[in-house]
Amino acid sequence: MPTLIDNTRPRPDAPPGSETRAAVSAAARAKGKGDARGGLYKPREPIYPKRVEGRWRTIKWILLVATLAVYYITPWIRWSRPGGLPQQAVLVDFAGRRFYFFDIQLWPQEVYIFTGLLVLSALALFLVTALFGRLWCGYACPQTVWTDLYILVERLFEGDRNARMRLDAQPLSFDKAWRKTGKHLTWLGIAFGTGGAWIFYFHDAPTLIRTFWIGQGAMTAYVSCALLTATTYVFAGWMREQVCTYMCPWPRIQGAMLDEHSLQVAYLRDRGEPRGAHKKGQSWEGRGDCIDCHQCVVVCPMGIDIRDGSQLECINCGLCVDACDDILGRLGRPTGLIAYDTDSAVAARACGQKAVYKLVRPRTIYYALALCLVSGLTVWGLISRPQADVHIIRDRNPIFVRMHDGAVRDGYTLKIANRTFADRRFEVAFADLPGARLSQPGQPHNSSVEVLVPADQVVAVRVFVTAPPDPDRPASLPGRFVVRSGDIRTEARTVFLSGAVNPQ
Amino acid sequence: MASERETDDVTGVETTGHEWDGIRELDNPLPRWWLWIWYGTIAFAIGYWVLMPAWPGLHGYTKGLLHRSDRAEVASELKALDVQRGSGAAMIRKASLTQIEQDPKLQAYAQQVGQSVFGDNCATCHGIGGTGSKGYPNLRDDVWLWGGTLDDIQHTITVGIRSGHPGARQSQMPAFGRDELLPPATISDLTEYVVKLSGRPADAAAVARAAPVYAAQCVACHNADGRGNQALGAPNLTDSDWLYGADRDAIKGQIHAGNGGVMPTWGGRLSPETIKALSVYVHANAGGQ
Repeated sequence: MPTLIDNTRPRPDAPPGSETRAAVSAAARAKGKGDARGGLYKPREPIYPKRVEGRWRTIKWILLVATLAVYYITPWIRWSRPGGLPQQAVLVDFAGRRFYFFDIQLWPQEVYIFTGLLVLSALALFLVTALFGRLWCGYACPQTVWTDLYILVERLFEGDRNARMRLDAQPLSFDKAWRKTGKHLTWLGIAFGTGGAWIFYFHDAPTLIRTFWIGQGAMTAYVSCALLTATTYVFAGWMREQVCTYMCPWPRIQGAMLDEHSLQVAYLRDRGEPRGAHKKGQSWEGRGDCIDCHQCVVVCPMGIDIRDGSQLECINCGLCVDACDDILGRLGRPTGLIAYDTDSAVAARACGQKAVYKLVRPRTIYYALALCLVSGLTVWGLISRPQADVHIIRDRNPIFVRMHDGAVRDGYTLKIANRTFADRRFEVAFADLPGARLSQPGQPHNSSVEVLVPADQVVAVRVFVTAPPDPDRPASLPGRFVVRSGDIRTEARTVFLSGAVNPQ
Repeated sequence: MASERETDDVTGVETTGHEWDGIRELDNPLPRWWLWIWYGTIAFAIGYWVLMPAWPGLHGYTKGLLHRSDRAEVASELKALDVQRGSGAAMIRKASLTQIEQDPKLQAYAQQVGQSVFGDNCATCHGIGGTGSKGYPNLRDDVWLWGGTLDDIQHTITVGIRSGHPGARQSQMPAFGRDELLPPATISDLTEYVVKLSGRPADAAAVARAAPVYAAQCVACHNADGRGNQALGAPNLTDSDWLYGADRDAIKGQIHAGNGGVMPTWGGRLSPETIKALSVYVHANAGGQ
């Protein structure tokens, strides 16, 4: 397993002289401060990521637009469903206790499907991490996407890294004031848009967008919107990399997912060292390609120096790759000094051997197998869901009622769920008790009772089961309620208590 | 106690000048957070005096700007409850008992109302499940002293049994033993006769001796065949259901003392709609008649 540097902890192996170098890496600088004060908490060192262009930055912009588009557009997709059911493709309907996802409709009883989905997501994350490192962190995580967006806004108002640092150092002036105010207002606007879009997943979007503004939306909508506005503004505007480093468990978990064959952003020290300033026209003989220009450090949104090795804070966003490639290109050196690479490849090249990339390894095979198994189970669970359901609550007071002729009557409450989109008449029978007659309150006895359950609803019915007199009947008899409608059939087990242990 | 202020050597904090058994009190300032909460409560109290009823006076009290009154609040909540109940009660009032029982919606409403009313008023004697106990009839089975149709049940609930209400269901079994109407030996014979009626083995000689006594004393209410008479609340002696117990001692005790329970009049205490709902609740959950 590769060693991960954790800048949130003291590093006993810190090389001497690292104090001078630490003046560049924000994480190390902050650590120095924290140590000097001997305080309990490390003060945050502000990070001013520099603008960068390149292959990975372009991919990140495309993904940013795509993920935000999915987030904002999804609740507005309409979907036709029968009856009075919601016409929104993706809807978490808490009031109606249903979850709609295109043609899939889930009841609260079926949340185990979500368990499957969560396990699937976790396994997919494991597999991707084992193969390609922290792709999720660097490209798709909402924290990364929104922080990117916020930094873009910051740059629009305050300029790039150097301008921002100058502005922060300035005393308050009109120029500083309007830039800061504009930035924060835009941030708040984006945050409100984020929270505002979230609530459309839980209510009919076209209705809510009207009722929300005239104060007639659900209270949960206002509260959720306010909460998400606040968290977005605070997380993406103020906390940024601290969310990843201190709040998110994933950086800690990923240490166990990575191995020497996992792809991650790596500084190829075999090629870069010994580093040092390089003057135009100087020879490249006997020295590394790294000219110690610190471009990889100033573009880093996490404030680390990738040349220290793989670090807990590193989200593998590849911006340092772009920054380094840009410099190398200008120097006329081959690109890829900082690159997505594996530890084993770096080590092999350092020894002069050929780098080997192993995608298929026991770890990835296990993850892939588990992924297939869980997705299979989830899909099977989704397909084989019953269309009707019956639950039985047995009367506990009285447990049984003895009639004048010695017949015994037990009472049950049946909850029949009709998951189809059509009204259905269910026939309820009691199996395993010969001669049993069924009735509903105030109705005559029959061999079975009929219950009308409207589409997509649960109906609770009281059913009395009367058994003819039989002195030899045991005190407790296992029995089943069988519920049928056309080719839909479901049953549930219960007991019939005959009162034989309470003779008259 | 000394009044001189001095500084504590260990902490360097001024003392209050008080000393008890060599222990001196440091004069530390109050914590800032505590002070602010204290100021906050003072501000709150002033606001409360202004807005809410607060100060007593010779004639009443200060009403406060909000004019809040718990009494008025309760009244308005009760009014709201009436409005809320309105439509259901109106439907129950219009429909007949049979209509209520046969209509799923009305029955569901009656069951809800009935269940809570039963729990509040009837469960004390008849049990929360309605199965009664010794001396208190079981309302879940199909044995009825005063009739088990919807109308019978509604009437029983409305007027009560031996309740003192002029229209109450009224009957009294004589206390043959206590009032010395029959000698103890005859009561024992009658007990055997009753046991025989319910289809259980009994002393044939005693049954023969008791036959003329039964014909003379009991037939009027319990009928020649022992099946009783619901118009008089006279129980059926041939079935297996016994209000005061099925064994010989219990039967003999009943002939001796002629017990009869009392059920209160509910008309006037419960609204007619409530009694209707309650009647349907009892009937629908019973064994029928």
